[in-house]
Amino acid sequence: MKPRNEGLRQKLGFGVLLLATLIVVIPVLGIVGLIIAKGWGALSWSFLFSMPRDGMRAGGIWPAIVGTFYLVFVSIAFALPIGVAAAIYLNEYAKDNGLTRAINLAIINLAGVSSVVFGLFGLSLFVIFLRFGVSIISGALTLGIMTLPVIITTTREALRAVPKSYREVSFSLGASHWQTVRHSVLPHALPGILTGAILSIGRVAGETAPILFTVAAFYLPNLPTSLSDQAMALPYHLYVITSQIPGIPEGFRFGTAFVLIALVLIMNVSASIIRSRYRKKK
Amino acid sequence: MIARFPSRSAAEPALAAAILVLFLSACGNRGGGTGARSQALQIKGSDTMVNLGQAWAEAYNKLHPEVNVAVTGGGSGTGIAALINGTCEIAESSRGLEAKEIEQARAKGFAIREDIVALDGIVVVVHPSNPIAAVTMEELRELFLGDIRRWKMLRGPDWPVVLLSREVNSGTHIFFKEHVLRRGKSKGPEEFAPLALMMPSSYAIAEEVAQNENAVGYYGLGYISPRQKVVPVAKDEHSPAIAPTIETIRANTYPISRPLYLFTKGEPAGSVKDFMDFIHSPAGQKIVRDTEFVPIQ
Amino acid sequence: MKNLRRAKEFVIEKLILLCGLASILFVVLIFVFLLREGVSILKTTGILSFLGGRFWYPISSPPRLGILPLILGSLLVTAGAVVMAVPLGIGAAFYIAEVAPKRLRTILKSCVEILAAIPSVVLGFVGITVLVPFLKNFLHLPTGLTAFAGSLMLAFMALPTIISISEDAINAVPREYKDGALALGATHWQALRRVVIHGALPGIIAAAMLGIGRVFGETMAVMMVTGNAAVIPHSLFEPVRTLTATIAAEMGEAAKGSPHYFALFAIGIVLFLISFAINLTADLLLNRGKKK
Repeated sequence: MKPRNEGLRQKLGFGVLLLATLIVVIPVLGIVGLIIAKGWGALSWSFLFSMPRDGMRAGGIWPAIVGTFYLVFVSIAFALPIGVAAAIYLNEYAKDNGLTRAINLAIINLAGVSSVVFGLFGLSLFVIFLRFGVSIISGALTLGIMTLPVIITTTREALRAVPKSYREVSFSLGASHWQTVRHSVLPHALPGILTGAILSIGRVAGETAPILFTVAAFYLPNLPTSLSDQAMALPYHLYVITSQIPGIPEGFRFGTAFVLIALVLIMNVSASIIRSRYRKKK
Repeated sequence: MIARFPSRSAAEPALAAAILVLFLSACGNRGGGTGARSQALQIKGSDTMVNLGQAWAEAYNKLHPEVNVAVTGGGSGTGIAALINGTCEIAESSRGLEAKEIEQARAKGFAIREDIVALDGIVVVVHPSNPIAAVTMEELRELFLGDIRRWKMLRGPDWPVVLLSREVNSGTHIFFKEHVLRRGKSKGPEEFAPLALMMPSSYAIAEEVAQNENAVGYYGLGYISPRQKVVPVAKDEHSPAIAPTIETIRANTYPISRPLYLFTKGEPAGSVKDFMDFIHSPAGQKIVRDTEFVPIQ
Repeated sequence: MKNLRRAKEFVIEKLILLCGLASILFVVLIFVFLLREGVSILKTTGILSFLGGRFWYPISSPPRLGILPLILGSLLVTAGAVVMAVPLGIGAAFYIAEVAPKRLRTILKSCVEILAAIPSVVLGFVGITVLVPFLKNFLHLPTGLTAFAGSLMLAFMALPTIISISEDAINAVPREYKDGALALGATHWQALRRVVIHGALPGIIAAAMLGIGRVFGETMAVMMVTGNAAVIPHSLFEPVRTLTATIAAEMGEAAKGSPHYFALFAIGIVLFLISFAINLTADLLLNRGKKK
């Protein structure tokens, strides 16, 4: 071995790796920077909190924000309990058998199904078969099922991180299986579960394809009043004003993209703050 | 640690709430998707007309705040299908009804009523730097069939042709296909060249034409802007090339024009009738002109 | 009292089992409901002329429902994205896992997380406002709306998946392997190239597979930048139409019960089966890697 030569090689090799990393990271910063720079100016009280006017060329994006809020709330209310319970089953109850293997496979596949296929599924099951119509409930249930894998996986990791000894102590005190899970395991996994919930909120808020045929409306003059109403939603609204309507001020587009990205990023940042605090505590 | 955690697992009430939500929404919708909700008007259909529909909806909503008019696009076929399926009250369409749609409606026990509310010209547009001065209908046909691949073949510069079309569910797409590609016949073997780009909206066509000197596209009169160049069209090589304007479209001298329809389920009544009356009123027709279509009155 | 508690626990535990089974239920439901609407395509079009047909004119009469151009469009865009994203992603994963100083690592990881979080429609928006005009002018293309634009967008969307799973695989390689190599006098670089990469390989391949899965099913960004021409593609620098974009763009048509409607659901079945195959393979690889 020639040490000097190898040292050079290492420098070169690491240089290439650094380059690859920069090629990945710089555009990310560029995209976020661009949207912040161009979207920030469009933000105002009335942009956020008023109804669109003049064919969405004026006014604000309030109904889209409200619609997204509805979708997030309902889909999480549906998916969180199921997802958390599924994770509890897998981590606390399931034996290492064929069924568990099948569940794991199903989760992986659920995570891999194309978002537009979720849209078709929602249309077929909720809108048509169950006659929910094009409505918030149809869209939210579709999004909820789509986000299940995120909740299950993060919750499962949180449960896994709870030391075995906690369970052993609880069992040795005579607690039943469920009591152990509820009092000795779940409380400690709570921050992790919260992280999963927040991450899936971000996911739900940003998805377009699953809501195309299940809930999204181009324009509604009034806010939705019940779960069987259609709703506008931020990601679809961005698609509409980007590709459908002429004469939209550029600021409106970037402003909408900014709100959407801010929403999603705030969710992600708070998730990682919770995660890192939790880790420090341990 | 245990004491701090609520005595019931958070999952239980949340699950209960989710189930409740499911039931409520299921029950709430049992009445069927049509006019069960009071004073809600669903308008759906043509993307060409979605801006027009929305302008009507906004103006009408000012006069009648109690009526909730929702406008969605998706294409003429979408709107008519929704009207037949009972998920909207008014379908906006940039084409007439097809025989099978009339049949589908009859199978559901009603006739669709058609109402011409405005006129529209389909404008052929290129990039402002494209020197081409006029085209004939036959040239246009060959262009979109994919037989003319370079602008040179149309007395233009030696640039490649990039064809821009609307999606298949657009009434504009179908109208252009039948009127130009198939020379006015609704049935025929001609189709848009597969290499034509399918754009999601007229606006998307306008944007691409504005920034691409190779592109040619078509859209409704309402989208004309200085960022694209309008190409006058001649009926045949012996006729003069006519530019699309409100006058030439009304006089029917511009070769590619069409009526715009609103379809309703049978004779309109109640809020649907009121809305249709508004559209035919001077105020409603002024909105037609303001959104740069051609009013009928 | 105790019996009541037992009964309550029994119910809760059954409910938990039920939720555990929910994922299976949903996957089955997705398949069943796609099949329910999609299988009727066979009444109008045979499987071979559906999958192998060269023309997609869904609303002509009679309709021509060949999805070969769409399949090839999806494959081309995916291939382009994979060629770009896999080397970059693996390189970045190695840098983040092995080379970067601790503080930089945290920053880089959050950048990757941000990328993962950016909604598809926002990337599509940036793509159509910035990337497409740039590509047209920079590469002198007839139009910037090309498979290449789609591949670029998709490469970015696949990167977070590839990076984070590769990184896990790299971190999972036992420390002793690397330490052993270093003790034998290898440089850090040699240890990575000769030893660590071997241990991490199954995981890295799985990462690439999952990245491919993500890319293949991606919809909005692709639809916004690829031009959607249903033509059998000859190069990356031409417009193409993907399976996903076709569904998203045309399902609105949904004259329920028409061949077009059935065909779009049948495309959904194709997508579902492909993603199923990809994820299954990736999972097998990941598990094999773990068992080693």
